[in-house]
Amino acid sequence: MTDSHAATQHGPELLHHFADEEQQRNSASLGMWLFLGTEIMFFGGMFLAYLVYRLNYFESFAASSRSIAVPLGAINTAVLLCSSLTVVLAVRAAQMGKRKLLIWMLILTLIFGLAFLAIKGVEWHEKYEEHHIPGNFMGRAFDVSDIQRDFPKLHVDPQHAQIFFSLYFALTGIHALHMIVGVGIFLWLIYKAWKGDFGPKYYTPVEIGGLYWHFVDVVWIYLFPLLYLIDRKPL
Amino acid sequence: MSEHSSSAKLYWIIWGSLIVLTFVTAGVAYLDLGPFNTIVALTIATCKALLVILFFMHVKDASERLTKVVIISSIFWLLIMLGLSLADFSTRTIGS
Amino acid sequence: MATAAIAPEREDYLNKEYGIRSWLLTVDHKRIALLYLISITLFFFIGGFFALLIRLELLTPAGDLVQADTYNKLFTMHGQVMVFFFLIPSIPAVLGNFLVPIMIGAKDLAFPRINLLSWYLYIAGGALMLYAILSGGVDTGWTFYTPLSTSFSNTHVVTAGLGIFINGFSSILTGLNFVVTIHRMRAPGMTWSRLPLFIWAHYATSIVMLLGTPVIAVTLVLVVLERTLHLGIFDPRLGGDPLLFQHLFWFYSHPAVYIMILPSMGVVSEVMACFTRKRIFGYTFVAMSSIAIAVFGFLVWAHHMFVAGMSMYAALVFSILSYLVAVPSAIKVFNWTATMFKGSISFDTPMLYALGFVGLFTIGGLTGLFLAALGLDVHVTDTYFVVAHFHYVMVGGAVMGYMAGMHFWWPKISGRMYPDSWGRLAALIVFVGFNLTFFPQFVLGYMGMPRRYWDYSHSPEFQVLNVLSTAGATILAVGYLLPMVYFLWSMRYGKPAPANPWGASGLEWMTQSPPTTFNFDETPQVTWEAYDYENIPAPVPEEAFGD
Repeated sequence: MTDSHAATQHGPELLHHFADEEQQRNSASLGMWLFLGTEIMFFGGMFLAYLVYRLNYFESFAASSRSIAVPLGAINTAVLLCSSLTVVLAVRAAQMGKRKLLIWMLILTLIFGLAFLAIKGVEWHEKYEEHHIPGNFMGRAFDVSDIQRDFPKLHVDPQHAQIFFSLYFALTGIHALHMIVGVGIFLWLIYKAWKGDFGPKYYTPVEIGGLYWHFVDVVWIYLFPLLYLIDRKPL
Repeated sequence: MSEHSSSAKLYWIIWGSLIVLTFVTAGVAYLDLGPFNTIVALTIATCKALLVILFFMHVKDASERLTKVVIISSIFWLLIMLGLSLADFSTRTIGS
Repeated sequence: MATAAIAPEREDYLNKEYGIRSWLLTVDHKRIALLYLISITLFFFIGGFFALLIRLELLTPAGDLVQADTYNKLFTMHGQVMVFFFLIPSIPAVLGNFLVPIMIGAKDLAFPRINLLSWYLYIAGGALMLYAILSGGVDTGWTFYTPLSTSFSNTHVVTAGLGIFINGFSSILTGLNFVVTIHRMRAPGMTWSRLPLFIWAHYATSIVMLLGTPVIAVTLVLVVLERTLHLGIFDPRLGGDPLLFQHLFWFYSHPAVYIMILPSMGVVSEVMACFTRKRIFGYTFVAMSSIAIAVFGFLVWAHHMFVAGMSMYAALVFSILSYLVAVPSAIKVFNWTATMFKGSISFDTPMLYALGFVGLFTIGGLTGLFLAALGLDVHVTDTYFVVAHFHYVMVGGAVMGYMAGMHFWWPKISGRMYPDSWGRLAALIVFVGFNLTFFPQFVLGYMGMPRRYWDYSHSPEFQVLNVLSTAGATILAVGYLLPMVYFLWSMRYGKPAPANPWGASGLEWMTQSPPTTFNFDETPQVTWEAYDYENIPAPVPEEAFGD
């Protein structure tokens, strides 16, 4: 294996309680996978709520789903998929000791993540304007009469629609929180990469930070059809 | 995890497939397939998720069996929660 | 062979460093275990205080001690504090943290800093819970049923909910730490089939912690959102389904009871083997039963909802599954009994608690089956029968196991022996007090006394049994206070403990008492099976005890 200049490649901080670097690396990896398992159950609770109400309130859910914009959702999905690509290229760069490429890929990932959050903000603002935020948010009472007007053939029950939007905001909101945490993690990774902490011998944080990011992407892969594409058939 | 990663080309191909599948799922939603709309949408989503998990998260070629056990168990547990709950929710009106 | 004389200047994890910073910023799993010990004991007494008030109120049929609303708060806070801030952490956070690394031959857990974070999350959650209590409490029942908790209650639901939410992450991270440690950090030769059953028990417990706790976490988030933003997910007036909350809540809260009992079962296995001087009968069955309990435990949650409005079909499915989950527990009880057969039994304090566990857990478990039978459940649900059942398994089971463990490993943890005669006396008082408190409650429940009622003046015939129950609770309280006294006494005046006062098997008994910070001078190389009692001499009584 080519020995790139050692200046860019520090040994891992082998913690005292581990026998060797491999044990430390394998422990970190297993730890992250177990954590992602818990996240599946965390989001899963909301998926159960969604499942139950979609089955029982299908028409209102379908109508409400039609009021959120597919183009924005699809673009956001593509943005996250691009970010997953840059993550995996970042890991590869670290493996190959290419520090500059690593830093660029991490920065690109961060930019994609921020773009996702910005577009989400635009979407939520739209919902705010349209009075689709449940309850009485900032003085705007929840009102779906516009949806009923747009889709006269569907029966829109305001209570059922409110449940759709409650779940919409709970799901996308908690997903966004996870994205924000991801952004924080990648800021830290960029800093460490710039310091030269990562190289072929040690890039575990990049790898497990990447696993977390991919997971958040996978959640969105399911949220997109479940929230945006419930029923788009021509009426 | 210190094996050589796949060449970058494979990653670009996977990315491309993911983007294509995104457009497909969005497009198909506008067709009337009856009850199959949901099935198609979820199937495509699962394919995309599998691509990310197997290739981007390196589960396919650089992971041990324990990783796969963790993933499968978590998904299985989620399905238990969804499925057994449906034992109640989908049978509420039967016989009442 | 080590004698009882130990030089006082020998370094161990307790005297390595002094000062509050060395404790609050420690990453030593043993010190973190002690931090947990102090914290959970505090919450135990808070929860116990609420229990005392409940039992005082129930001395008379009339509601004359406190107001009805206050009584609702008493049983709510008793439940929340005891379940989330005492029972769930108890054995894993204290004994598990202390012993898991040592038992497998490791220097620490896989993630020591995350271990410390777990404790801080526990403290943060506990602080929020204390704040909720001090600002007036919560009155929804520990079960937070909607729409009372989301729409109608005017008590501190959000604060308590957030406190429990944060505490949940303490649990998740502990479980994560244990699983990674057990997979990755076993000493050479410590194969899965040589692991002490305590480790198997904690592995199974950790699976439950990891897969179940996130569900209650997200449920509490939804409750808080609903309560603050008036959403309607769980409120029937707004199109929501209160049973959805119950499904989500019990999906965690039933497996949670296995988080509470599995570690206790692990303790009992260790204690039984030592005080019968035999390996546990059917090691593989006991290990696999732990895993089976963890898995099956996730399939039965709706047995808490038989009369809540579920479909009959679902009730049937969950009833059958609930019968199945009893099987692995029964297997363990049979195996412990078989271990005792032709064993060389000695009745030291830990063994008394372990024997108490086996008997009381059997009663508690069997009455669980009564409750799993749909017809009988309709009669006794929401009565004191249920209260008695779960106290038999959680107190007669889990807490007895915790006491057994504390008495078994105290010499290792503190380096001191406690006076065994006092230990045995306290165990006896606990056993008598416990049964006197809770057995009458089975009868009360069968006779129809509802739970969570502050006033039973419509049925004054319930009073006699209630008085017996309160008397028992007072005796039980004495039984719990005694160990606090003599454990503290032992830290100053107890005889210094040798490395292996009980002549027990296990790597933890091959280190000094108390252990050094890194547990082992050299990594152990394990070449023997678990519970190798044929090759371990029994301790000579005068050398072992401090009496």
